[in-house]
Amino acid sequence: MTSLSDRIDARFAGTMGGFSLDVAFTAPMQGITALFGPSGSGKTTVLRAMAGLARLSGRLAVGDETWQDDAAGLRVPPHRRAVGYVFQEASLFPHLSVRRNLLYGARRAADQTPVIGFDEAVALLGLERLLERGPDRLSGGERQRVAIGRALLSAPRLLLMDEPLSALDEASRADILTTFERLHDALPIPAIYVSHDLAEVSRLADRMVMLSAGKVIAEGDVGSILERLDLEPATGRFEAGVLLTATVTGHDTGYQLTRLDLAGQPVSIPRVEVAVGERVRLRIRARDVALATRPPEGISIRNRLSGHIVEIAAAEDAPYAETLVEIPGGVRLRSRVTRESVAELGLTPGTPVFALVKTISFDGR
Amino acid sequence: MPDFAELWSPVRLTLILAAVTTLVLLVVATPIAWWLARSPARWKEAVAAIVALPLVLPPTVLGFYLLILLGPDGPGGWIASLGGARSLAFTFTGLVIGSVVYSLPFVVQPIRNAFEAMGDRPLEVAATLRAGPWDAFWSVAVPLARRGFLTGAVLGFAHTMGEFGVILMIGGNIPGETRVLSIAIYDYVETLRWTEAHLLAGGMVAFAFTVILAMLVLEKRIGRARP
Amino acid sequence: MSTLSRLAQVLLLALLLVAAAAAARAGDVRVAVAANFTDAAKEIGAAFDTATGHHAVFSFASTGQLFAQITGGAPFDIFLAADQTRPQRAVAEGMGDPDHLFTYAKGRLALYSRETGLVTGPETLDGDGLGRLAIANPQTAPYGAAAMQVLTHLGKRDRFAEDLVQGANIAQTYQFVATGNARLGLVAASQVAGHDDGSRWMVPDHLHDPIAQDAVLLKSAADRDAALAFMAFLKGPQALAILDKYGYAPGG
Repeated sequence: MTSLSDRIDARFAGTMGGFSLDVAFTAPMQGITALFGPSGSGKTTVLRAMAGLARLSGRLAVGDETWQDDAAGLRVPPHRRAVGYVFQEASLFPHLSVRRNLLYGARRAADQTPVIGFDEAVALLGLERLLERGPDRLSGGERQRVAIGRALLSAPRLLLMDEPLSALDEASRADILTTFERLHDALPIPAIYVSHDLAEVSRLADRMVMLSAGKVIAEGDVGSILERLDLEPATGRFEAGVLLTATVTGHDTGYQLTRLDLAGQPVSIPRVEVAVGERVRLRIRARDVALATRPPEGISIRNRLSGHIVEIAAAEDAPYAETLVEIPGGVRLRSRVTRESVAELGLTPGTPVFALVKTISFDGR
Repeated sequence: MPDFAELWSPVRLTLILAAVTTLVLLVVATPIAWWLARSPARWKEAVAAIVALPLVLPPTVLGFYLLILLGPDGPGGWIASLGGARSLAFTFTGLVIGSVVYSLPFVVQPIRNAFEAMGDRPLEVAATLRAGPWDAFWSVAVPLARRGFLTGAVLGFAHTMGEFGVILMIGGNIPGETRVLSIAIYDYVETLRWTEAHLLAGGMVAFAFTVILAMLVLEKRIGRARP
Repeated sequence: MSTLSRLAQVLLLALLLVAAAAAARAGDVRVAVAANFTDAAKEIGAAFDTATGHHAVFSFASTGQLFAQITGGAPFDIFLAADQTRPQRAVAEGMGDPDHLFTYAKGRLALYSRETGLVTGPETLDGDGLGRLAIANPQTAPYGAAAMQVLTHLGKRDRFAEDLVQGANIAQTYQFVATGNARLGLVAASQVAGHDDGSRWMVPDHLHDPIAQDAVLLKSAADRDAALAFMAFLKGPQALAILDKYGYAPGG
């Protein structure tokens, strides 16, 4: 049980431009918490309210500091909140060099405990050769890395990131995602990460708060949220899936595969450079999982996991049913099958099944 | 042979007047422009319209009201009485006040535009980087709006140099104090002293051309400049 | 009939009506009057209409503007200027009738202050704390030149050398004094004749050269008889009484 001062406690309510919002959530004082939801769900507004940029009434405590408590008449102005904010567009100061952009917040937080040193940040983000350039001579990805460095160097107690990858091209996105993963391990402060991209969230975040139409509809570990069935409108039909952890048991050089152990059952994925014995994170989407009541023969799908059905959710007017399958070891998979199949195969909770997995995406370490 | 000392006096006075007026204008116009650019108040356009009035009103209207405001019946007379005088009209101070009112829209507008073009984002970024409002204003807003400041300053200076109607009405044509360039030219033309009129008027044309050209060139360069 | 051609007819009719209204009636006298003479001219005009059955129509503007309009062919019969130069030039350029050119009035100066009791006579100029004295620009305005002569005659030229403020014309000079920005001014007597406010001293004519205002008959006059009747009326006793009332000395 964590005490109150070990977490971020946020609750905001209000109306902004005809959109009403009423959210309350908590986040731990370490790791990355994703604020996830479709566009228009109020994620950015909540993040801006946390930074003090949007005027929403409510309460916000970060560890033992209270930044806002309207009931007590307290509202710390944005410049006195120790946040590092990374905007969707890098928003570098065009009149300052990269170095002076990086130092802008650092100079003003000189009396605070730094999160990271200047040289360390420059090295982590690979900015060595860019320091004397103007922001107009940087690529989109470079700009965003400077913005991240600038935020980290302002000695924040909380890092706020508003879809920092959404304005970037595919290559820069992959590049920064890798940086974030490195950061995730090195970062001594918590981060709130706004995104509407489930792949990003499952790769980076430890915890997620799911928003829809200005309300929190789910909150918890990324893995447990992803396997829940009742969140479909928010995660989107083809994005629903689960996040699992497996151990590398070997590599097949001939077929270019990596063999994994998933709760005692073998699975294979296209080869990844991870040492034997390491744990990896996998994402399995519901639409990539088919079900069979008997072991199938003459089929190309290699990954078949045996287990039993735990839950079936189907709306009367929809062609698909959402099923939750548990395999030994407490691991759960989601599968989307047609309602017709459910009827013909006589699937009910408790039915033993084989889950046939077409594609497994490797999601990181 | 024209009397060059006599010619120089109005030129010198006009340059000083324009310089002082420009400084005062920057100080006065900046907070107005800031407020107009950033306030959510609905009635701010009414204030913007008041600031823009000198663009539309004939100088005689401004001059007439200034004459009343600067005199013993207005606030100017009260201020003047502190110094033992009865009116701010016919004084250098009075001319500065008149010129500031007259040129205000030329300075407020470009600065306001620059502040508006900048948007909220740079200031939000500054706030998240622990810069207070005053700090953010100087370290972010002013450098980003520097083109607006430059344009405003040049327009304010040039417009004051060419000011005539208002000064004619509140100046009283006192050599060395209120007899500025445009008034001197007017007198030379009226009294058929065309040699002097040509010298001053020609100089004025050359000056105006130089100022505008310099502004165009500088604007381009400052727009490109990088630290 | 199409709407367009009906519109054209209506427009044509309107134009004809305007043209008819603009055309002077027989017996009308169209007089271009210098602005400083406005009030006196109106009163003289009313008396003229009653006495003769003709009708005087006035246009008021500055002498310079009126002269420019006459040069441009404006339909005036008589030009009442504020100086002698412009009527003489009208004659020289063939627009004015040299046989009907005369001084119809002479301007007078008044030393004026809006403070009651301040101005008592020439001795007022001896006082202390008077501040600046407003006059019209002596280089460009006849009243300004006359004001400088008055100061010279009274031996006050050096006393006020550093304390003069100049209006571009006599109207502006009066504004300086009326708004209190200048405590004292040498203004046109006609400007203070219509009211009793403040205090004034009528400057005797001998302290300055005459500020003569000339009238000239224009060759373009439509109704020459009516125009000549007005010129004659301007010299008559009724007009002279009105001139005096408004602070002008008779021409001569």
